[in-house]
Amino acid sequence: MTALLEIENLQTHFKTEGGVVRAVDGVDLKVNEGEVLGIVGESGSGKTVTALSALRLVDEPGKIVGGSIRYDGRDVLSMNKKELTQLRGDRISMIFQQPRVCLNPVISIGRQITELLKQHRDISSKEARNTAISLLNSVGIPDAEKRFSAYAHELSGGQAQRVMIAIALALKPRVLIADEPTTALDVTIQAQIIELLRELCREMGTALVLVTHDLGVVAELADRVAVMYAGQVVEETDVETLFSNPQHPYTQGLLSSMPVLGQRAERLTAIPGTVPKPSDMPPACRFAPRCKTRISLGMDICNQEPPQLLRTAKGSVRCWAIEGAS
Amino acid sequence: MANYVIRRLLMIIPIIFGILFLTFLIKALIPTDAVSALFSGTVSEDKAAEAIAQIREKYHLDLPWYRQFGIYVWDVMHLDLGESVRTRQPVIDEIGFRYVNTLILAFSALIVAIVVGLVTGMLSAYFKNTWIDVTSMSVGMMGISMPAFFLGFVLIFIFSVQLRWLPVIGRGDFQSLILPALTLGFIEAAALSRVTRSSMLDVLSREYIRTARAKGMSESYILFRHALPNAFLSILTMIGLQIGNLLGGAFIIEVIFGWHGIGELAVKAIQWRDFTITQAVILVSAGTYVFVNLIVDLLYTWVDPRISYEE
Repeated sequence: MTALLEIENLQTHFKTEGGVVRAVDGVDLKVNEGEVLGIVGESGSGKTVTALSALRLVDEPGKIVGGSIRYDGRDVLSMNKKELTQLRGDRISMIFQQPRVCLNPVISIGRQITELLKQHRDISSKEARNTAISLLNSVGIPDAEKRFSAYAHELSGGQAQRVMIAIALALKPRVLIADEPTTALDVTIQAQIIELLRELCREMGTALVLVTHDLGVVAELADRVAVMYAGQVVEETDVETLFSNPQHPYTQGLLSSMPVLGQRAERLTAIPGTVPKPSDMPPACRFAPRCKTRISLGMDICNQEPPQLLRTAKGSVRCWAIEGAS
Repeated sequence: MANYVIRRLLMIIPIIFGILFLTFLIKALIPTDAVSALFSGTVSEDKAAEAIAQIREKYHLDLPWYRQFGIYVWDVMHLDLGESVRTRQPVIDEIGFRYVNTLILAFSALIVAIVVGLVTGMLSAYFKNTWIDVTSMSVGMMGISMPAFFLGFVLIFIFSVQLRWLPVIGRGDFQSLILPALTLGFIEAAALSRVTRSSMLDVLSREYIRTARAKGMSESYILFRHALPNAFLSILTMIGLQIGNLLGGAFIIEVIFGWHGIGELAVKAIQWRDFTITQAVILVSAGTYVFVNLIVDLLYTWVDPRISYEE
C-alpha cells in the first residue's frame, strides 16, 4: 500500500547568525489512509518543524533544503502557489498549540470558517453560513448560531481549539496535522479535545498526525508512533510495540521517565543531560552523550559513525546497539 | 457606547475653555496691539489717539483682563467670534470659507497620504529586506526629513515653471489643488508608510497568519483581509494625528501655494496683529483636533472588536 503522505529524508534548516540550525535533518515518515501517527519527542527535537514542513509553512529564516514530501503521489515541494493553496486546508489541514492566538482577533469565528469554505468550494454565502453553524455544532460549541459572530477573545482556550478543529475538518481533509493540540489547555479539557479529534477523524476517515510530547496522549490515540530526537526519527513502530518493547535507548528513557500510577518512586527517572544544542551536535549518534546503553556496553562506534535507520520486524530504529546494525 | 460619547463630549468643554484661556493669554501678553498697528504712521497723533481710544472701547480693551476674558467666553458661547480688527468684517465669515478650503486640501492630502503610505508600507513589510523595501523606506526617510516647503518649491519648479502643467499659485480650482495636496500628502505618507510597515511586520509574524496560510487562503487575501485589519489600529492612530495636523492648517504650504485656507489666514492675521482672527483660527483648529480625536477613538471599536467602551 502506498502511503497517503510520504516524507523522505526531509531537511529543514534555519539560517541564524550563529550558523545553520538543522532543525529537521533527514526525517522519514509515512502516513497511511485513515491512521493516527504520533510524533513524540522533547522540545527542540524538530517535531513541530517537521509538521510545518509538510505543508511548507515554515517561516523565514527556516527553509526546506532537501528531501521530498509526497501527498497522494504528488510532489508537494515542487507545487506552485496555486496548487499549494488548493492542498492546504482542503486535503491537508493543520491545527496548532495556542488555539486562541491562532484565530484572527478581528474576524468573527464564523467568517473564519466561511472564508475557508468559499476559498475551496463554489458555495453561496448562505450555504457557507449554514455549513459553518452545523460545523460549530458538531465540534460542541453551544449556541452555535449566536457564537457564529463571536470573536476569539470571547472564547475559552478549549472552545477556541474546538473552533480550530471545525475549521481544519470543514472540508473533510484526508490528513489532519495536529501540533500539540492540547498542550496549552487545562487537563480536564485536554481529554475532551482528544476525544473530539478521535471521533471526528474516525468519522471522516481522516488520517491524523499527532505531534506531542505527551506519551499518554499517544498511547490513547495513535496507531503508529515516530520518536524524534535532535531533528531525526530514532524509532518508528506501532503503538503496542513501542510501549511493550521499545528498541531505542532514548525511547526506553522516555518511557521510564513516565510516572506509573500506584508505584511510589523515591525519585522520578529522568534521562540525564539535555537535547544537544544545534551548535554542538554530536558528530555521530546524536543521543550518544546521554545514552546509558552506550556506556554500559562500552561502545565506541556511537561516537564515530552516525547510525542508519534500520528496518525491524515492526518498524525501524536508528541505533548501533540493535542487532544487525553494525 | 452612548454614555461614552456623551462623557467624551462633556470633556471637550473644559478643553475648549483651556484653549480659550491660552489664546486670550497670548493676546494679552503681546506688546503691540492691533489697534496701534492699524494706525501707526497713517494719521496725525491726536486723531489717531482719539480713534484708538474708540476702537479700544469697542473691543473692550479698556476693561480689566478678567472682564475681557469673560466677555470673550460669553461671545464664543454664542458662536460670536468677533469682528476682524483690520477688515471690520465678522470673523466667522472669513473663517467659514477658508475652513472649507482647508478641509478640501486636508482631505485631498490625506487621500494621497493613505494611498501612498499604505501601499508602500504594506509592500515594504511583505517584501522585507528586498530592493522594494529598501527603496520605499529610503524615499520615505527623505519624505520625513525634507521640509514641506522645500518639496513644495521643487514640485512648483518642475510642474509649474519647467513643464507649465499646473499653476504656480492658487486659483481655487482643481488644478491648483494638485500640487499642495501632493506636497502635503507625500510628507504625511512618509510617516504613515513607516508605521504601516512596522505594524504589518508585527502582524505578519503572528500565529493567525500562519493559520490563514494553513487554510489555503491566497497571499493577497491574507495581506488585505487578515493582516491589514490587525495592523490598522496603529495606522488609524497615525491617521488621526495627521488629520489633526492637516486641518489645523498647513500654514507654510498654504502660504507657498497661495491656498486660501485658515493656515494662510493665520499667518496674515499674525502679521496684522489681528487678534480676533488669530484667536478664532486657534480655537477652530484646536476644536477640530479634539473632535477628530474623539472620532478616531470611536473608530477603534469598529476596527478591533476587543476594544469596548462599555462598562
